[in-house]
Amino acid sequence: MSDADLRDLYQQVIMDHNKKPRNFREMDNANHLAHGNNPLCGDALVVFVKLNGDVIEDVSFQGSGCAISVASASLMTEALKGKTLEQAEEIYQQVHKQMTGEEADRSALGKLEVLSGVKEFPARVKCATLSWHTMHAAMDSDHDISISTE
Amino acid sequence: MSVLDIAAIRQDFPILDQQINGYPLVYLDNAASSQKPNQVIDAISDYYRKDNANVHRGVHRLSQRATDAYEAARDKVRGFVNAKSDKEIVFVRGATEAINLVAQSFVRPQAQVGDEILISHMEHHANIVPWQMVCEQTGATLKVIPMTQQGELDLTTFDDLLTEKTKILAIGQVSNALGTINPVKEMTAKAHAKGIPVLVDGAQAVPHLAVDVQDLDCDFYVFSGHKMFAPTGIGAMYAKQELLEAMPPWQGGGDMILSVSFDHTQYNELPYKFEAGTPHIAGAIGLGAAIDYMHKLGIENLAAHEHQLLDIATAKLVAMDGIRIIGTAKEKASVLSFMIEGVHPHDVGTIFDQQGVAIRTGHHCAQPVMQFFGIPATARASFAFYNTVEEVDALVAGIKKVQELFA
Ligand SMILES: Cc1ncc(COP(=O)(O)O)c(C=O)c1O
Repeated sequence: MSDADLRDLYQQVIMDHNKKPRNFREMDNANHLAHGNNPLCGDALVVFVKLNGDVIEDVSFQGSGCAISVASASLMTEALKGKTLEQAEEIYQQVHKQMTGEEADRSALGKLEVLSGVKEFPARVKCATLSWHTMHAAMDSDHDISISTE
Repeated sequence: MSVLDIAAIRQDFPILDQQINGYPLVYLDNAASSQKPNQVIDAISDYYRKDNANVHRGVHRLSQRATDAYEAARDKVRGFVNAKSDKEIVFVRGATEAINLVAQSFVRPQAQVGDEILISHMEHHANIVPWQMVCEQTGATLKVIPMTQQGELDLTTFDDLLTEKTKILAIGQVSNALGTINPVKEMTAKAHAKGIPVLVDGAQAVPHLAVDVQDLDCDFYVFSGHKMFAPTGIGAMYAKQELLEAMPPWQGGGDMILSVSFDHTQYNELPYKFEAGTPHIAGAIGLGAAIDYMHKLGIENLAAHEHQLLDIATAKLVAMDGIRIIGTAKEKASVLSFMIEGVHPHDVGTIFDQQGVAIRTGHHCAQPVMQFFGIPATARASFAFYNTVEEVDALVAGIKKVQELFA
């Protein structure tokens, strides 16, 4: 690890999404939601999803956490809005790969590539993956109305 | 700045001499666990190289030597906390196990529906959860002494919280999240005036203060070795002899019995009644060596040096913009918890680590303290006697780096 790694982790895009998280709001008409928390560090967030058929019409989140977890959640909402479930699953898999240091498909990742810096910081991987796991849990729930997987 | 030769002392701690990410290691996470001097490491390896055998069992020479060393360590612990008798010193895994022992063996048999257990708002989870378990088991209620914005106990209602239903007062001497030193002697006197027994959690106190259980007059005093330069997995419980005599054993097994038949088992005398099974012999010997080491340097000298570091660090952080210190009690030891405005403590921890500075970030197993201050976590630097003023400067440089990155 080096200072360069630190700058890779805390890239401008990450800092920007941490300061001004996108889609940072409750969603009244969400039909999927899940709570995610990291008991070790106290990061806690809720992911809201509005599915229309198999298209993610809207996705948002709320909660608190470190810069990495907030930025990751914010970037996730941007990346998933308008995607089909199948596309979302593919993005999820690729994000997971890049954070754990596996070869990922860069074209599928796009802007999400900024999250790759976290692989140099094993203690922080869980910060970056929290929102993604929570989103996955929300999608997987077989209820159509608001539920919590907590 | 101190009567101690810190450079020479650091030579005793081999782990300190290393680079992290190209920077010299600056270890400021002593409240979580302290480092071990060669004297402790050697005592443990010598034991395994020369004397290892089970204790209290064999007539052979090694068993004798192991037993002697183990019991000598007990006597060192006795002297360390100034207990009257070795019978009052029970070896345990650590503070956590000791509190569970007292909860299950002393309080649970007496507690009934409607009884109360009194703790404080600044306790470590280890001094909360075992009591909640007893409450669940017995129908007793957990009561909590409140805290002020400075992170001091608010004792205005203390007299009212001590009632005829209170089965025990369990209180930390030094808070691991805030550094506050609590007036446990005065609190014990008040509790005793109402006939209430007192447990003092000394886990964060023993590395920093000279402890005298006879002067405190507490009924139980518990601590962990690993926070006072000894190995993990060993700690001690002091308890007044008459209480230990009246208490049922906590765990059953070998070593805690005098005789066993299927009709009847006669328990061993103190303190062995509370030490079922083969103990952590090497750990106890290491703890004894740590006590010798601290005595050699002088606990007052260690405390004075640490206090100076804490004062210097506090003054430097107070002078910086965008820093909020969590825990500003008048009486503090070792611990400096802080928030950097606009930055989550975990990001602080990662950036510090990058510069070789080890601090703790998180809730410090004291979530009620975090809830009180309305924060998810803090960054915490905690000092030991081997830390230096230069390391305080590294802390300050770390904060500046965080502020730069997050500007
Ligand atoms: C005040 C206090 N009490 C109890 C404990 C528990 O100690 P252990 O985990 O060694 O049993 C700690 C450790 O962090 C502590 O700081």
